[in-house]
Amino acid sequence: MINITVGMATCGVSAGAEKILDTLKGVAKGIPASDVAVAATGCIGMCYREPLVEVSDGKSTFLYADVTEEKAKKIFESHVKDKKSVDEWVIIKNHSEGPEFGYLGKQVKIVLRNCGVIDPDSLDEYLGKDGYKAIKKILAGVTPEQVVEQMIASGLRGRGGGGFSTGMKWKFASMSKGPKKYVICNADEGDPGAFMDRSVLEGDPHSVIEGMMICGYAIGASEGYIYCRAEYPMAVKRLQRSIAVLEEKGMLGDNIFGSKFSFRLKVKEGAGAFVCGEETALISSIEGKRGTPKVRPPYPAAKGLFGKPTNINNVETFANVPWIILNGPEKYAAYGTEKSKGTKVFAIAGKASKAGLVEVPMGISINEIVNEICGGIRGGKKFKGVQMGGPSGGCIPASLADTKIDYEEITKLGAIMGSGGMIVVDEDTCMVELARFFLAFTQNESCGKCTSCRIGTLRMLEILERIVAGKGTEEDIPMLQELAQYIGKASSCGLGTTAPNPVLTTLKYFKDEYLAHIRDHVCPAHSCAALVKFIINPETCTGCTLCARDCPTKAISGERKQPHVVNESLCVKCGKCFTVCNFGAIYKD
Amino acid sequence: MIDLTIDGRKISVREGSSILDAAKSLGIFIPTLCHHPKLSSFGGCRLCIVEIKGTRNPVSSCTAPASEGMEVTTSSPQIERLRKMVLELILSDHPYDCMLCETAGACELQELAYYYDAKHTTYAGERRKYEKRDNNPFLNRDMEKCIMCGKCVKICDEVQGVGAIDFAYRGFKSKVCPQYEEDLNCEFCGQCVSVCPSGALTGRMWARKGRQRDIREVDTVCPYCGTGCNITLHIKNNEIIRVSSSPDTWNEGLLCVKGRFGYEFVNSPDRLTKPLIREGSAFREASWDEALEYTAARLLDIKNSYGSDAIGGLSSAKCTNEENYIFQKFVRAAIGTNNVDHCARLCHAPTVTALASIFGSGAMTNSIAEIENAEVIFIIGSNTKESHPVVANRMIRAFRKGAKIIVADPRRVPLARFSEIFLQQKPGTDVALLNGIAHIIVKEKLYNSEFIKEQTQGFEEWMKSVDSFNPEYTSSITGVPKEKIISAARTYGSSRKAGIFYAMGITQHTTGYDNVCAVANLALLTGNIGRPSCGINPLRGQNNVQGASDAACLPDVYPGYQSVGSPDVREKFEKKWGTPLSAEKGLTATEMMPAAIQGRLKALYIMGENPVLSGPNTGNTIKALESLDFLIVQDIFLTETAKLAHVVLPGSCFAEKDGTFTNTDRTVQLVRKAVEMPGDARDDLQIISAVSARLGYKLEYEGPEEIFREFREVWPNISGISYKRLNKKRLSWPCTSSNHPGTPFLYKQGFPKGKASFTPTAFAPPAEETDAEYPYILTTGRNLYQYHTGTMTRKSGAIESHAGRAYIELNTADAERLNIIQGETIKVSSRRGSINIEARIVDTISSGVVFVPMHYCEAIANILTLDALDSRSKIPEFKACAVMIDKYNSSPPDLI
Repeated sequence: MINITVGMATCGVSAGAEKILDTLKGVAKGIPASDVAVAATGCIGMCYREPLVEVSDGKSTFLYADVTEEKAKKIFESHVKDKKSVDEWVIIKNHSEGPEFGYLGKQVKIVLRNCGVIDPDSLDEYLGKDGYKAIKKILAGVTPEQVVEQMIASGLRGRGGGGFSTGMKWKFASMSKGPKKYVICNADEGDPGAFMDRSVLEGDPHSVIEGMMICGYAIGASEGYIYCRAEYPMAVKRLQRSIAVLEEKGMLGDNIFGSKFSFRLKVKEGAGAFVCGEETALISSIEGKRGTPKVRPPYPAAKGLFGKPTNINNVETFANVPWIILNGPEKYAAYGTEKSKGTKVFAIAGKASKAGLVEVPMGISINEIVNEICGGIRGGKKFKGVQMGGPSGGCIPASLADTKIDYEEITKLGAIMGSGGMIVVDEDTCMVELARFFLAFTQNESCGKCTSCRIGTLRMLEILERIVAGKGTEEDIPMLQELAQYIGKASSCGLGTTAPNPVLTTLKYFKDEYLAHIRDHVCPAHSCAALVKFIINPETCTGCTLCARDCPTKAISGERKQPHVVNESLCVKCGKCFTVCNFGAIYKD
Repeated sequence: MIDLTIDGRKISVREGSSILDAAKSLGIFIPTLCHHPKLSSFGGCRLCIVEIKGTRNPVSSCTAPASEGMEVTTSSPQIERLRKMVLELILSDHPYDCMLCETAGACELQELAYYYDAKHTTYAGERRKYEKRDNNPFLNRDMEKCIMCGKCVKICDEVQGVGAIDFAYRGFKSKVCPQYEEDLNCEFCGQCVSVCPSGALTGRMWARKGRQRDIREVDTVCPYCGTGCNITLHIKNNEIIRVSSSPDTWNEGLLCVKGRFGYEFVNSPDRLTKPLIREGSAFREASWDEALEYTAARLLDIKNSYGSDAIGGLSSAKCTNEENYIFQKFVRAAIGTNNVDHCARLCHAPTVTALASIFGSGAMTNSIAEIENAEVIFIIGSNTKESHPVVANRMIRAFRKGAKIIVADPRRVPLARFSEIFLQQKPGTDVALLNGIAHIIVKEKLYNSEFIKEQTQGFEEWMKSVDSFNPEYTSSITGVPKEKIISAARTYGSSRKAGIFYAMGITQHTTGYDNVCAVANLALLTGNIGRPSCGINPLRGQNNVQGASDAACLPDVYPGYQSVGSPDVREKFEKKWGTPLSAEKGLTATEMMPAAIQGRLKALYIMGENPVLSGPNTGNTIKALESLDFLIVQDIFLTETAKLAHVVLPGSCFAEKDGTFTNTDRTVQLVRKAVEMPGDARDDLQIISAVSARLGYKLEYEGPEEIFREFREVWPNISGISYKRLNKKRLSWPCTSSNHPGTPFLYKQGFPKGKASFTPTAFAPPAEETDAEYPYILTTGRNLYQYHTGTMTRKSGAIESHAGRAYIELNTADAERLNIIQGETIKVSSRRGSINIEARIVDTISSGVVFVPMHYCEAIANILTLDALDSRSKIPEFKACAVMIDKYNSSPPDLI
């Protein structure tokens, strides 16, 4: 019996996995299902090598990367029919060796335990991986108080970025009186470059649902909402299917597993507002109101959804829960540092050689993630830093990349753990532009309530826009610093108070880049269009005319086989010439 | 209580108080722009931030609850710097045009900018620019000046219950706007304008009329409905240029569209400025001497030829207590008849008669302010949201606090949106509905046995009278599903803090008296009377209809409801007024018209009423008025009635005189003169005195205060009220001594006449039922914008431009059946006449029922209504008659 699985999360699908799956199903037609099974699975983790196909013959597993339709047919012919693996395309064998094994070596998979392993649409496969054993176990005789105690003992902290003790949060909600309580799963993952929650929902929706059920039991809630952004259609669909199956089997509804515990779940799609990732704004949104943060206190644990006690955690937090219940809090707490226990999933994006999903034990260093797991920077460029925590987070320079992944350690540097987005930047990334990008994002996504956030972030953005355009002045730096500091103090919700972080950290660690833009009208990363000149080196230019032909504004001229020149007054700095030149004759200054 | 320290000073505050509240009670100033004490806290402007020991970032004091042991610093270099930054950020996105701004000088933003030396240039950058202008007729919405404080959004939703505006978009592009950024189309109450801290929201009609310089402000009382909202008139050069209401008035600064924007009539060029005397079919201007001489001579002539009872007087619920007192005294003492009445006959006559006979007094038992603490509010036959909008504000507040609202009405009136139970009854089925509710309360033993035993009589006998009103039977009469009747009965019957509110839907029926009795029975049954936040609450329509009744512009009583039939009482008044008085009960307003047609009534003196539009069966009213030998009309405009007069005397409006109004909850309030009368128009007191003197009876007073003193001498219920006291505080009668605090709710000590009686009532259908020829029931009433016969509102430009067209509401299904489209002109006819009117197709009215507002002279609703009267209170049945509907073909007969 041979099992073929295709990574069919959004990462795989966008790389063309649907066609691969169809191809494989096509060629497998006619062969008895007892011999070959072709199925989909979630994100396998190595998004940088999608589409990924895993072939398992019961004894060994082979992970094929960068699969095309042609390759798929060949793999089927050779590996399935002739029982001979196509070794040149195999990147990992038996989860333990192969050219890409380094990517997995330091990872510990708790949250992602089933991602890329099981078919997310199959309840049976989840059950086969100890699924719903945790909820069964507690329903069979663990009290809600004991569940809360176990969560506290595990040391699990909110993986949405807040880092508040999950067990304590559950405890507060369980202590709130009232016949009606709610559990909410925050699946409104909105940070640019973050896709941890999406991958979990697409790859292992049942683990999140089970986590929510356990939470419902622990705090005394009988109803839950999963607030998932509508931009994740696949996650929404898989959640809805999973809920429907559970309802059909009586595993959601009244008297689950014959106990007194009843629990129902609804999926509520978000309408695209980033601020709805803030828990009180999210609650407003479910209530049908404008997604605007509410004033805390009262906290949701006392007065949340529809005014009832509510516990809200994010996707990753819930996905940890069944594992903790089954394996015990001590085993979970064995991973990590003194104050940050367990593992953390990171979505690696940007300039890393291997961008994808990694789950690492807390306490590992940024350097280990970037250089060891992710293979350093693409194209041998120089590692400059990481932006952690999305628009609310900060930039950590390469010089501090030995810092351990730990809530408190990261915060000390001016960044935040965040939900797990890690954008790796190299020497070609302008840090002023990076700050501008994130500020433009928060400005657009501010709910508009607080003056400081609504107008203040725009004023900061305007200054950054001036600087990257080469029009900044020396006075802009103190003004920016002052605004950033004050906006953080004067705003109300998490979005506003953290919005200046990318600016504050880049000012702290990369002030020289700001000054270079202002004083020397130079972008050290050669990235800001207004400050970059494209120059053709007459020594190396062969006069092949390729750049002249590709230039959209006809800014390049020159005779055939003669060195070409760029007319700066026509150049729009698109960089096309730089990319197409086969002789490295064009450089940025 | 919670103890905390603010700026080093200790204070105890109630749990749930904000830090801002706590600081305020210490007299510490914290700047705010988005805070409003009556609205939910927002925390958006960030000006009120304070430091709390032990917390990392400052917090907004308006949203942060005070907690035990907290140490707060309200002002520090950091806090002041942050506040200045916030202001400068706001100013950086604000048009710098204070020179042109309507609000300059009264602008909260401007004031704080000045205080903080905040400059608009510090953070100069992009500014919001909006091309689109809102073209509504009432409000200017200059959203470039909006500082996003959200107070308008919240007051519109939380207080007004409309939600016409909300925040849209995100980030810097956020703005407050109506749905889809359409032009505002709401109730135009202007509460949003009243709370706007900048110049973003202003009255359209305020523009370039004057700002702060050379403005006089006069506090007075709104001239429209009986709610009695306190208003402030802003006067420049003898012209009212703005109306506002202070948040510390009893109505908390809330007004409706009429009160806030309906003031332009005062300065209308159509005001009467000279006496007019009829010559043939036209009028000519006359001097006051000539007009008064002529009036007096004709009245004397008629009195001498036909006797005093051939003369009648109709007084005005728009006029002050003093004017009404003098008017009835003039009719009784100078003319010598009790033929005096006013428009209460057309509105709450059944209330006055029925409640007086049951309880000994006929008025709202509880005050408006108490509504917000009620558990259950049962509204029947009152379109409160449109007819008494500020009373509705209190009901909505009660709703927000958890009160359950029951609405019974043939139309789905706007307040039904807040109702737990809506009973859409057929017109004229109130007795059945109320008895049906009583039936369930009795059957399920929800009644208040103790109260019934101690304070009522006739319960056992009455109980039999509701026996037949089982839910099935009640449902068959009223058209209301029986489950809803049962549920309403349980909701009202189970509460001991339940108030009933009613208006013309109860009274304007041939069964009006019985309807009121049926209402009273429910309150007696549950004991919902004599305590706060419950009671029987007739909502009175006119600003001073309560006062005109108190002052006895009624044919059967002297001031203070003292019967003209009682020899002792008569003797008292004869002595007081120094002249013999008639012992005969006079004619009611509705009896005067047939008397005129029959030739028994020869002359009529009408002060500030317009019966041609307001009376039933217009054709008959006109015939009656034309039958008179002499008709005097004293008014501020040449109304449809004035056009029929022999002499027209130009009077004064509310803003031009001193006096008092008594509102619907028995509260006496001072009305203050703000502007001079136009042309030769005169104070109404002067006019009546002058006519009286010429008839040989002197009515000489120094001014209204002296008249009020005489009034309180003859009526003990107001003996404790004086102008001096009213200057400081409004007072609700009974107020029987100079230190009596007034009486917000009646019957705390039981009923003055002893036990109150249950009154058995039987169902009777309306006088005119539908048939094959006239298959639709017409019901009439008011809309939000226009007021009564439109004398005032139709002279107010903004209101007229928004609601200037007559219309008939009919149900979608009926319209389909009749092949009528939205906006089409149709012909509506009854046995008495017909009108052509624009169709407004709605789903808020039941099939088979149509509604025409009473305001429009172009399509007079009362051409259709009939003059059948309730036998006891003599009120006509305005709320139900039979009509037919045709496609429009020809004009109806021109009646005027």
